[in-house]
Amino acid sequence: MPDLFTTLITSPLAKKAGVPQPTRLRRYEPGGPLCEGPVLVAGTGPYVAPLRQWLGAAGLALAETSDAATDRLGAVVVDLSDATDPGQLGLLKSLAPAVKKLRTNGRVVVVGTDPATLEDPAHVATQRALEGFVRSLGKELRAGATANHVLVGGEASDGLRSAVGFFLSGRSAYVDGQVVRVDATRGGNPNEERPLDGKVAVVTGAARGIGAEIARVLARDGATVIAVDVPAAGEALARVANEVHGTALLLDVTAPEAGAAIVEHARSRHGGIDIVVHNAGITRDKLFVNMDDSRWDSVMDVNLRSILRMNEALLGPDGLGGGGRMVCLSSMAGIAGNRGQTNYAASKAGVIGLVTATAEDVTERSITVNGVAPGFIETEMTARIPFATREIGRRMNSLQQGGTPRDVAETIAWLVQPGSAAVNGQVVRVCGQSMLGA
Amino acid sequence: MPQTSPRPVRRAAILGGNRIPFARAHGAYARASNQDMLTATLDGLVARFGLAGERMGEVVAGAVLKHSRDFNLTRESVLGSQLDPHTPAYDVQQACGTGLEAAILVANKIALGQVEAGIAGGTDTASDAPIAVSEGLRQTLLAANRAKTLPDRLKALASLRPADLVPAIPQNVEPRTGLSMGEHMALTAEEWGVTRAEQDELAAASHRHLAAAYDRGFFDDLVTPYLGVTRDNNLRPDSTVEQLGKLRTVFGRGPDATMTAGNSTPLTDGASAVLLASEEWAAEHRLSPLAWFVDAETAAVDYVHGHEGLLMAPAYAVPRLLARNGLTLQDFDFYEIHEAFAATVLALLKAWEDPRFSKERLGLDAPLGSIDRARLNVTGSSLATGHPFAATGGRIVATLAKLLHEKKQQDPGRTVRGLISICAAGGQGVTAILEA
Ligand SMILES: NC(=O)c1ccc[n+]([C@@H]2O[C@H](COP(=O)([O-])OP(=O)(O)OC[C@H]3O[C@@H](n4cnc5c(N)ncnc54)[C@H](O)[C@@H]3O)[C@@H](O)[C@H]2O)c1
Repeated sequence: MPDLFTTLITSPLAKKAGVPQPTRLRRYEPGGPLCEGPVLVAGTGPYVAPLRQWLGAAGLALAETSDAATDRLGAVVVDLSDATDPGQLGLLKSLAPAVKKLRTNGRVVVVGTDPATLEDPAHVATQRALEGFVRSLGKELRAGATANHVLVGGEASDGLRSAVGFFLSGRSAYVDGQVVRVDATRGGNPNEERPLDGKVAVVTGAARGIGAEIARVLARDGATVIAVDVPAAGEALARVANEVHGTALLLDVTAPEAGAAIVEHARSRHGGIDIVVHNAGITRDKLFVNMDDSRWDSVMDVNLRSILRMNEALLGPDGLGGGGRMVCLSSMAGIAGNRGQTNYAASKAGVIGLVTATAEDVTERSITVNGVAPGFIETEMTARIPFATREIGRRMNSLQQGGTPRDVAETIAWLVQPGSAAVNGQVVRVCGQSMLGA
Repeated sequence: MPQTSPRPVRRAAILGGNRIPFARAHGAYARASNQDMLTATLDGLVARFGLAGERMGEVVAGAVLKHSRDFNLTRESVLGSQLDPHTPAYDVQQACGTGLEAAILVANKIALGQVEAGIAGGTDTASDAPIAVSEGLRQTLLAANRAKTLPDRLKALASLRPADLVPAIPQNVEPRTGLSMGEHMALTAEEWGVTRAEQDELAAASHRHLAAAYDRGFFDDLVTPYLGVTRDNNLRPDSTVEQLGKLRTVFGRGPDATMTAGNSTPLTDGASAVLLASEEWAAEHRLSPLAWFVDAETAAVDYVHGHEGLLMAPAYAVPRLLARNGLTLQDFDFYEIHEAFAATVLALLKAWEDPRFSKERLGLDAPLGSIDRARLNVTGSSLATGHPFAATGGRIVATLAKLLHEKKQQDPGRTVRGLISICAAGGQGVTAILEA
């Protein structure tokens, strides 16, 4: 329920008075088109032709050049992954008329080469420059439009398709100004409408909030969901599990045997695990100098240490097999820091470290481990923030609104697809390009 | 090819259970109806076992204190639950034996191949109990309803007396003796010389065992919180014999009275359900049986003219059950004897140890003997959990099945067994054997 303040500033009167109005974001619907057309694919890189072919096959109209196009554009995709000299970036400028023609909820996706794989200073600088361009353009775009960046390492056509597809689609509604790196690992979705068909997914903290929405979205995409939460949340958990036709498993993720219990439940009842989403998390805010041990310890234990402990079983011999997927919930606070949240931010930054290191460990087993860092998400938790603070939190991002649990869930549902095999060790922010943090 | 000849009898498996925490009457569940509680309990079971949208062979449950509008209580609960609405259901009622009798019925149909899987349960609220109008008011209203003209109707209504307006609140009283169950029990306790100290000892143990079971997470997959209650709220983890010894007696008369509110069960609200199935259904659904339903026996005593205690029927049922299965009273790893009152359990145990009772009443050459008390109600029983009448059977069946499963895992080499004994109003007793 919107509070009075929200009602006021979104009223027709406020609109007339010039208060910026958030755009209703285009969100993913199964079976719907990938994005609105026509799409302009530009650039000099090697992916221009394959991207055009793929988008055409997906039924999207393609614009030939930005000048000739009289229509509004749904998206602009630019491949400059071949650029080695900053001079070649001038091509971006020629796209200004096309960007001007972007529709509401339009998309800009820039494809580059992962600078970490390059050596020559001019080459590295050129590719790195693209990131600055994307992040600034994201802040300039209006009306729900986003700009994101895909970095290619190696001959990464499957990974590129998965990431570009995500950024074009409504799944990425609240993902803006982000960089995602894809490697050369191959993989596609056997069934685009139900990409998670036949998969067994464990979601911790699934009784409410973001976790409950993750359970719903994974189930919608075809997964059988094992919904995990503490015994005290059993009533709500049962509702979620029944709604998604999954099973409820009551356990505290901090229990020493939690990982083994999940593996045992998944093995015996569903034949194994394909997907794990470490979502359970708590906040116990207090200024650092006033923080007692129990606040520090409980936040560390639930948000970080439990994941390390459970992963011994979840990534052990009976846990995730080849093609397995794991996603851990980090937070904007773990990247940018937040007053009153030294414990929480430490735990969530720790999660990022855990994701990067674990991803490297399991890559040869064809398992991916990624992180998602939500920004301001409209949940019961954020609804309790006093309205002025909340309104600022909500608006301090390029999309000028809060995200929904659904936005976080859609990003996770993309990361765990078979077709996202080339996305590993990444932390994707779902924050509408928040002004806090990088 | 028609297959109309009798099929071989199969084993019925207990796959698990669910209940809501039991709550003292007029407290946390004061506004919940029997149907609300049973529906929530079914949904918790459905979530635990992934049964949303599943058609079960049948759901059998009941309530002891039941509104007349709840004539189809179980079916209505099924329709409100996440089970496939094509799941049939029926109500049973056998006082405090309701829940166990429901499990017997489902197990028997599974054994005969008439259903593959079913749910047995029970629910009771002492808070939302039906209140009946007085017999005078009822007769008057019925007469007015039958009257054809307005003057006739008014004449019928005019016969109403002020006393007729006093409602009849259900009482825990035996209709044929006018004695409450507690008063009946007090007579039996005195007859068997059950002491106050013994009763308080048993009550303290019940609380201690229940608290310990909660603490080790035993109930994490047996209980789903409801309306903010996460544990049975009658539980007093630090209850001691000393504290219990200070309570005044409430049943029985004179200085020899022994029964208090501490060693008797309080009025309680709650519901429970148990999932039973054939071995094949369990395997198809990747569920492993916790235990098997072996056999059951129900007995009744003539407490009106026959000088037997109202709650002593299990004393008769158990020897018959044992004889039929070639077992002795000592062949069990666990005994679940419903603690209607601490004295009920103690009187039963004394009866089985007593040579004269065994010879004269049971017609046995030797008494059944005593049991290892360390195996009795090891995770607590009704004195600690409370006793929502029809829900007690389901609580006990699921608890015992899990205990047997745990024991079997520690000791896979042999068959482990448990005995259930539940006394019920009307001088009845329902008993059963489970094994793993
Ligand atoms: N809401 C936001 O704006 C936001 C922003 C950034 C990150 N996050 C992260 O997203 C995740 C979900 O957040 P939310 O807003 O949905 O929170 P929430 O409090 O609504 O839900 C968290 C769930 O986790 C469960 N949980 C807590 N401790 C547990 C334990 N020990 N074992 C099992 N389950 C446990 C809770 O019972 C609850 O159901 C958290 O990790 C949170 O840190 C949220």
